[in-house]
Amino acid sequence: MAQVTLRRLVKEYEGGVQAVKGIDLEIADHEFVVLVGPSGCGKSTTLRMIAGLEDITGGEISIGGTVVNDIPPRDRDIAMVFQNYALYPHMTVFDNMAFGLTLRKFRKDEIQRRVMEAARILDITQLLDRKPKALSGGQRQRVAMGRAIVRDPKVFLFDEPLSNLDAKLRVQMRTEIKKVHQTVRTTTVYVTHDQVEAMTLADRVVVMNGGIIEQVGPPQELYHRPATRFVAGFIGSPAMNFIPARIEPASGALNLRLPGDILLPIPAERSDRYRAQGGREVLFGIRPEHLTETRQGRATYADLEVVPEVIEPMGMETLVHFHMDGTRDLCARLDPTIPAAPGQPLRLTADLANMHLLDPQSGRVL
Amino acid sequence: MASDATIAHAAPVIAPRATPPTTLQKMARRRSTIAFLLTLPLLAVIGGLVAWPAAYAIYLSTLNRRMTAFIGLENYAILLENDTFRMVIWQSCFFAITAVILKALIGFWLAHMLHHIPSKGQRVWRGMLLVPWVIPPALSTLGWWWMFEPSYSSINWLLAIFSVPPVPWLGEMWWARISVIIVNVWYGAPFFMIMYLAALKSVPDQLYEAADIDGATGWQRLRYVTLPMMRNIISITVLFSLIVTFANYDIVRVLTNGGPRDLTHVFASYAFQVGVLSGNIPRGAAVSLFMFPLLAVIAFFVLRGINERTKEIGA
Ligand SMILES: Nc1ncnc2c1ncn2[C@@H]1O[C@H](COP(=O)(O)OP(=O)(O)O)[C@@H](O)[C@H]1O
Ligand SMILES: [Mg+2]
Repeated sequence: MAQVTLRRLVKEYEGGVQAVKGIDLEIADHEFVVLVGPSGCGKSTTLRMIAGLEDITGGEISIGGTVVNDIPPRDRDIAMVFQNYALYPHMTVFDNMAFGLTLRKFRKDEIQRRVMEAARILDITQLLDRKPKALSGGQRQRVAMGRAIVRDPKVFLFDEPLSNLDAKLRVQMRTEIKKVHQTVRTTTVYVTHDQVEAMTLADRVVVMNGGIIEQVGPPQELYHRPATRFVAGFIGSPAMNFIPARIEPASGALNLRLPGDILLPIPAERSDRYRAQGGREVLFGIRPEHLTETRQGRATYADLEVVPEVIEPMGMETLVHFHMDGTRDLCARLDPTIPAAPGQPLRLTADLANMHLLDPQSGRVL
Repeated sequence: MASDATIAHAAPVIAPRATPPTTLQKMARRRSTIAFLLTLPLLAVIGGLVAWPAAYAIYLSTLNRRMTAFIGLENYAILLENDTFRMVIWQSCFFAITAVILKALIGFWLAHMLHHIPSKGQRVWRGMLLVPWVIPPALSTLGWWWMFEPSYSSINWLLAIFSVPPVPWLGEMWWARISVIIVNVWYGAPFFMIMYLAALKSVPDQLYEAADIDGATGWQRLRYVTLPMMRNIISITVLFSLIVTFANYDIVRVLTNGGPRDLTHVFASYAFQVGVLSGNIPRGAAVSLFMFPLLAVIAFFVLRGINERTKEIGA
């Protein structure tokens, strides 16, 4: 087991596409780190460079303190789980899992022991004699993980391992992966485009966008204290609402003026932070879960009236979609018992303790 | 695969009509009838070009030399007693097996080389390497004959530059046998190359990446990933080539004409020699029919293996 370090890592493909534009990342021993971001942002490229499947254009990768830039994949002591599993179709499940050990000349009984142990952890003991063709998607996924586990490598690499599974199985395998990591505690780098997967699995989430890292942090921190508009919009579902607004000083306090002459008082504990920004145009960011039916009881609550356009009852909650001048679709989450109908004006409460103000130009959170 | 299901559920072929259907229409509506009618041209071709000549050859082989009397299996018995024919059996097997192995190895090697050069240059090389296979073999064999021929042999001339004594390419038994194999390999290897190249391209890159990470060296990737993934295509090409090579006629006929002293004859050329040149058509037919059981046995086992593997890996 080992830590992984990326230093000023750059990847430029032939034809001049810069897929990774100089990223720095420290991954601690035993840590489960998830690289998340939209399709094409360079996650797979980064992972494949760690694996040694892509050449490194610039920078440095070290695993367990050794720089591995020029070490081929087979000598890096890593194991990888691919999106489409990449099981050897002509080998049985047992042979698929044993292959890496056989090549490394492990003793027969040791191979047997490790494969049986991994099969037990993954609950695939009864499948060991089958060929991959005779397995379901979820079972193939387990075998692919088994192949990684038996090796007991320094690092596990996962590239969107759950994307080919249906929604229900994906949730189940997600739990499974987390359980396996809690058992074997191997340093893990996991790539996904699904922020829910990232939030649920990760010790730390790395949000990537356009070949750079936007923010690194534990899931809760990314959720509560996003550093950029991209992270604020990417983490959380439904996504955060962004409303153009202006900070207006008003007799010692600050107000936020939204379109439609809505005036929200900025909470006192935030005032100092925004004092210097008086009169400035900003983006007001608030998550749907902090925009709810009217409530009382906290100083940070502020009411506003909207006209719902679409109501989506989800069972445990109701999503209300509306918009304001100059915004796209906005969303609020209501208790399902609250009556709401399209076209009927509705009073909402915004919890301003959880608001974010962003610079509309740079996208930085103020 | 899914495509089978689609065919099975295809919509009815003929739309319902208002008038009561005639017997003919009723028959035409039956799917099996239509299927039979549609395959009729093919059946006619197979019947006319395969079944009829084969049956006729079997009939011929049971006649006496002047084709006036039925003599049963006599022709076969005589052939098996005949030293020259025994040599032909041996030489046919030696020729076919050696040539097919060499073609498969060289074809695989060429395919592997091609697979690893960038796709732009690949097309040019592929085209050039296919040339031997495109030229009519009778013509190219004639070219080879010129190169082997003792008085003008360009190969011997080249060898002489390196002070190698002239080689009696077509004049001595083993050299003649080797020459025939060389020409056959030169002609047939491109077919293997093109089949193997297609097979190589169909192996998913991720399997190699998985093998890399599992710790495989280049040789082990070939041994444990490439070859197993190509086993079906290798079996089929080897079987196919074995049949064609066994039945090869033109190369032997043009290059050595069976000589020296009938030592390079294979089934087809010997059948021609016996049946047409020496005028014993029934015995010639018997010679050519000898190949059949041999090939049938090989084909049975190879095809069975392919079937089993296909079921297992779904390739
Ligand atoms: N082999 C390649 N050659 C050229 N460009 C590539 C190659 N692989 C990926 N790219 C480009 O690099 C960028 C990042 O790709 P990738 O790392 O696969 O993204 P992700 O996994 O985050 O979806 C994309 O713009 C993609 O088009
Ligand atoms: Mg990817």
